[in-house]
Amino acid sequence: MTPLPQAAATPGPDPAAAIRTEDLRKTYHAPRGDVPAVRGISLSVRRGEFFGLLGPNGAGKSTTIGMLTTMVRPTGGRAWVAGLDVTADPVGVKRRIGTVPQNNTLDMQLTVTENLEFRSRFFGLGPRDAGRRAAQLIDAFGLGDRRRAMATALSGGQARRLLIARALVHRPDVLFLDEPTAGLDPQTRVNLWDLLRGLHAEGQTILLTTHYLEEAEALCGRVAVVDRGRLLAAGTVAELTDGAGADTVITVRYDGAVPAELAATAGLAGVGRVETEHDRVRVYTRDPEGVLGRLVSAGSGAGRTVLDAAMLRPSLETAFLSLTGREYRE
Amino acid sequence: MTGSGGMTVPMAGTASPPSTSPAPSGMAALLTGAPVPRPSALRTIAAMMARDSRVLRRNAISTFSRTVVQPLLFVFVFTYVIPSIGSGLRFGASRFGLTFSTILVPGMMASMVLSQGVLSVTFPLVMEFSWQRSIEDRALAPVPVQLLAVEKILFGAAQALLSGVLVIPIVLLVHAPGQAPDVQVTSWPLLILILVAASLLAASLGLLLGTLLDPRKMQMLFTVALLPATMLGCVYYPWSALQRIHWLQIAVLANPMVYMSEGLRATLTPQLSHLSYGAILPVLIGGAAVVGYVGTRTFTRRVIG
Repeated sequence: MTPLPQAAATPGPDPAAAIRTEDLRKTYHAPRGDVPAVRGISLSVRRGEFFGLLGPNGAGKSTTIGMLTTMVRPTGGRAWVAGLDVTADPVGVKRRIGTVPQNNTLDMQLTVTENLEFRSRFFGLGPRDAGRRAAQLIDAFGLGDRRRAMATALSGGQARRLLIARALVHRPDVLFLDEPTAGLDPQTRVNLWDLLRGLHAEGQTILLTTHYLEEAEALCGRVAVVDRGRLLAAGTVAELTDGAGADTVITVRYDGAVPAELAATAGLAGVGRVETEHDRVRVYTRDPEGVLGRLVSAGSGAGRTVLDAAMLRPSLETAFLSLTGREYRE
Repeated sequence: MTGSGGMTVPMAGTASPPSTSPAPSGMAALLTGAPVPRPSALRTIAAMMARDSRVLRRNAISTFSRTVVQPLLFVFVFTYVIPSIGSGLRFGASRFGLTFSTILVPGMMASMVLSQGVLSVTFPLVMEFSWQRSIEDRALAPVPVQLLAVEKILFGAAQALLSGVLVIPIVLLVHAPGQAPDVQVTSWPLLILILVAASLLAASLGLLLGTLLDPRKMQMLFTVALLPATMLGCVYYPWSALQRIHWLQIAVLANPMVYMSEGLRATLTPQLSHLSYGAILPVLIGGAAVVGYVGTRTFTRRVIG
């Protein structure tokens, strides 16, 4: 696990970075008091990276992406995209980014082709070039037989592909995707993953948010784990699962309070951390062999029966668990 | 607007394809083989206007039936049916020695300018702000968000103006024998100025309402805003005729429609006494500026969280 080197961050834009944030914050002011959505996030994404912001729903991912794409005004800190300050030069940033929002924001009054043509023209292409660009994107995204369909007539997967195609009309430096596969069926999702991998292989810098652990594992070169508006850790999937998260996590639930003597398990070889909570004990270990057996026998020694037991192999899920002490809920 | 040709420039961070290599295909083509966009605020706004025109043309029949049917029925009933059946309902027009249709010409035009100006902006806007927030589609275009608001006002005003003009043949031609309106343009520049300012004010009001209105309460637009504005907007009677109900004559001055009807009355049917230009022009022009400014601000605040 690599804790974020917040102090090491040099202030100001970094020309090599596609995205940089410095203590970025957003607090929404509501009648019932302030709601902090993002509480100081600092991160840096290099050109050509496929970067994931991972966290459960409500972690602050969409707000963060909103600030980076100029749709949400930060209340603290700073952020640069393609070297430009998102607050000082939102128009410059918008020229250099493509954004695929979580919801279907296609223009429902237009056809598939028109959605691409008009977006191209918004970005300064003449009508003829816009037509060519639309045709090119339609072919590459496999929407050829839907080109004259109204946007309202598309399936979920087709709409998502068109949203991505539309974000690419002006060849953005950075592509942002907010929960790109939420609500899609498994097959469509895997197809979309292939498409995104293809774009990345061609050099496209991509930042996506996801609440699916396996999506971050499958796609992202580096991942930042976000929870409750804070960045908990960032690194490659291997780095994240190699720190504290390299432990296997064994959770056992008894039919009564956890036997007091179990706390001594912490001293056992290979056992990192033990957390007990009423009838439940959670053990982090690098050497899971036999630990479950010891937990069961320690329980029966104290007259307890095991109701439930679970073992999580090292993964982003165990990393999240060890960072937050909470199980990951999507 | 001219295109940038088929010029290709490799994306930053991507290796340049050698010039002898075949045309890139698939994903590579998407990133490197595309024409280079040259955005400017003017091109973007023009493209948005082009998009709005495309949609308007697609929905032309439903949009303009809104403009044509109501005035057509209105003048048909009040300047043809009622005079023909001799009911004697003249709405006081005879007091002025005029036909009722003469009163209706500027009134109907103003009524259509206001209602179509408001509706053409408010309807799409409320949808764009509702659950899918499709407003973000355009908000991500490379212009300041304020310019999106300006584009909406300009396009809405164009529709309002067109609606006002479309009413003219209806109110001039549909009437019973002897009930023809008596219309004479006193000053074309003033007429155009008043029509344009009224259209801009109507579209600005539409922008403001569209950003403030809860989509679930859309009917309130008709019941609370458009209907009272029309009934109490000096559409069916000149403002001067209200002198017998003095409190009402004062109260309706809060209604922007009054200045539109009276402004058109001043330039089209000057034989009828009307509000002075000194009241009409500042309200229409100043109102368009103030409401447009406030609407743009509230719009920007709603788009950017």
